[in-house]
Amino acid sequence: MTQGESWGGYPKAAQTFRNVRDRHAALSLPPDGTALAFGNGRSYGDVCLNDGGTLLGMRGLDRFISFDAETGVLECEAGVLLADIIDIALPKGWFLPVTPGTKFVTVGGAIANDVHGKNHHREGTFGRHVLAFELLRSDGGRRVCSAGENADLFATTIGGLGLTGVVTWARLQLKRMGSAFLAGEQIKFGGLNEFFALSEASAATHEYVVSWIDCLARGASLGRGLFMRANALSADEAAARGAKAPIVLPLAMPLTPPISLVNGLTLRAFNAAYFYRQRTREAARLWHYGAFHYPLDAISNWNRIYGPKGFLQYQCVVPARDQRAVSEALLKEISRSGQGSFLVVFKVFGETTSPGLLSFPMAGTTLALDFPIKGATTFALLDRLDAIVCEAGGRIYPAKDARMSVETFRRGYPRLEEFRKFVDPRLGSSFARRVMGTA
Amino acid sequence: MLRIAIFGATSGIAEATARVFAGEGARFFLVARNAVALSDIAADLKVRGASEVLTRAADLGELDALQGICDEAKAGLGEIDVALIAHGVLPDQAACENSVEATRDVLAINTVSPALLMTRLGEILARQGAGSLIVLSSVAGDRGRPSNYVYGASKAALSALGEGMALKLAPQGVNVLVVKPGFVDTKMTADFSKGPLWASARDVGEVIAAAVKAGKRGTLYTPFWWRYIMLVIRFAPGALVRRM
Ligand SMILES: Cc1cc2nc3c(=O)[nH]c(=O)nc-3n(C[C@H](O)[C@H](O)[C@H](O)COP(=O)(O)OP(=O)(O)OC[C@H]3O[C@@H](n4cnc5c(N)ncnc54)[C@H](O)[C@@H]3O)c2cc1C
Repeated sequence: MTQGESWGGYPKAAQTFRNVRDRHAALSLPPDGTALAFGNGRSYGDVCLNDGGTLLGMRGLDRFISFDAETGVLECEAGVLLADIIDIALPKGWFLPVTPGTKFVTVGGAIANDVHGKNHHREGTFGRHVLAFELLRSDGGRRVCSAGENADLFATTIGGLGLTGVVTWARLQLKRMGSAFLAGEQIKFGGLNEFFALSEASAATHEYVVSWIDCLARGASLGRGLFMRANALSADEAAARGAKAPIVLPLAMPLTPPISLVNGLTLRAFNAAYFYRQRTREAARLWHYGAFHYPLDAISNWNRIYGPKGFLQYQCVVPARDQRAVSEALLKEISRSGQGSFLVVFKVFGETTSPGLLSFPMAGTTLALDFPIKGATTFALLDRLDAIVCEAGGRIYPAKDARMSVETFRRGYPRLEEFRKFVDPRLGSSFARRVMGTA
Repeated sequence: MLRIAIFGATSGIAEATARVFAGEGARFFLVARNAVALSDIAADLKVRGASEVLTRAADLGELDALQGICDEAKAGLGEIDVALIAHGVLPDQAACENSVEATRDVLAINTVSPALLMTRLGEILARQGAGSLIVLSSVAGDRGRPSNYVYGASKAALSALGEGMALKLAPQGVNVLVVKPGFVDTKMTADFSKGPLWASARDVGEVIAAAVKAGKRGTLYTPFWWRYIMLVIRFAPGALVRRM
């Protein structure tokens, strides 16, 4: 069992791993050096790493505390996976109010990165649905935090990248969901104008909206992609459509190939195939929640496809103001480099403000994609993308980052100075040392 | 809906096994020493679907109380469909080698206590004419090795007792099953560095639950390939085992 690796496999870090198994116990700190809570390592870069220090493995805190099937209020320990919540809540008609694109993340990790999903335009971030949590700090303090109690620690811990304390348990408000299915449409679009028009039209009618854009298409087809929108079905609607849970085959990438299997050739072929597979412009679709929300979870360890050097994931958001022009500039830069992954995920975030001081989402457009690491050229490309994003007043997502500069972080997160006051002196991460200049 | 009594309910493997049954609406009678952990586990199993969870905080090293606790389990559940005995310690081998007290304490909690429970529960299940009695032993009991023979011996007794009871009680409708896990990642083994032979408590719990539901009796190695590893180790020459 490799412990303490992030999902991108880059950077590598060496740290002492301690499992936390008792939420009543005091914070288990090493005699010296810093510690950091480690959830399920689904962050791509270094927010979950603490090179040269200690990681506190939180997966051992995996007990539920209570669930009220009338109100949808769930209490559980911080190491419980979102997948486990779905298992107990969906049969009772409840679902996660907000979910990222993998269900294998812990509640603590979802809070610390204040994660978002395909319904951001409706529900905002995960943190908005957190009613309360308990925070352990190195001063021995054990505080229950909510909007009304220890409100400053509540706001700094949501999106606080694990630096303000260790969350032991949380109380969440789940959302009604009558079945395991969603229905909607998958629509081919030819360019960014169409993408933004579809996004605007669908925001009011559909809870879940996301798109994939072919980042290798150039010229006239620049910005072509697939737009997906869906609403959850009630039990009756699902039954009327004869929806059946799919048989999921356990697929896994058994080992890391010696070199990355992702290169210019495979990319172009894959993207073209993906785009032309759908013949009509618009197709009605019925999805099981697994296929809709978590397509990548179907292949465990898919990240190994990139080979031993690992890969970088890049996610930024640009403010609504110039989102059309800035998105185009970013796409052109990526397309010219020929480096990006299969597809860029595109989504328009809504106006809802995020509760955390360092939460990533803001009203505007977000895009996310993978890059196999090809050395300096890859890093140079991402620096160019950063420059475009910063210039536009946007920011980079720490959960996906392994390389942004101190300056890029500072410009993207204007509340950083306020946040610093709440950082626990005994906690630290590779990310914090790299971009925040902390110990 | 199964009625399940668990002795040593805070053991990682017992908890993982209980979670599988909770998802199917089981009723539980849980016994363990740590009252806080016990009530945490009870709450967790309820959220996972258990229809009722009764708890009894007790030190299973207090041998005189054991028979009474078995009877409480029977009274609390009505019938016992499954009894799982899971408590035990992983002793410091070196300390035991130089201490009669330390060795005695290990044998009391790992051997005598489970053996007394097996005896009483065997009686109860035989009287019911049905039920499964599961005891957690260990692959370490298959051959005494220099690095952990006290632990191995404490478990070997349970294996022999369970194997015999399995044959004896089968005609009376009782399935006795000795479970021999290999290396399992739990709080008992927190200080070990983990290699590829290690299994998660969750995987082991799922295997045990499946075996119980299939009515298996006799011996269960988990993961299954430990059967072959132990076959080799049992017949390996002493010169080799000396280094293990
Ligand atoms: C396939 C895939 C798809 C994804 N899709 C999305 C998406 O759509 N939207 C999105 O927002 N993110 C997405 N992500 C990123 C992922 O949701 C976040 O990185 C998430 O925070 C990972 O949670 P984790 O439990 O693995 O935590 P880790 O990655 O282990 O840790 C993340 C952070 O949480 C902190 N932390 C963990 N536990 C605690 C605790 N108990 N107390 C305090 N701090 C703690 C850590 O210190 C660290 O700073 C995706 C990731 C993958 C692999």
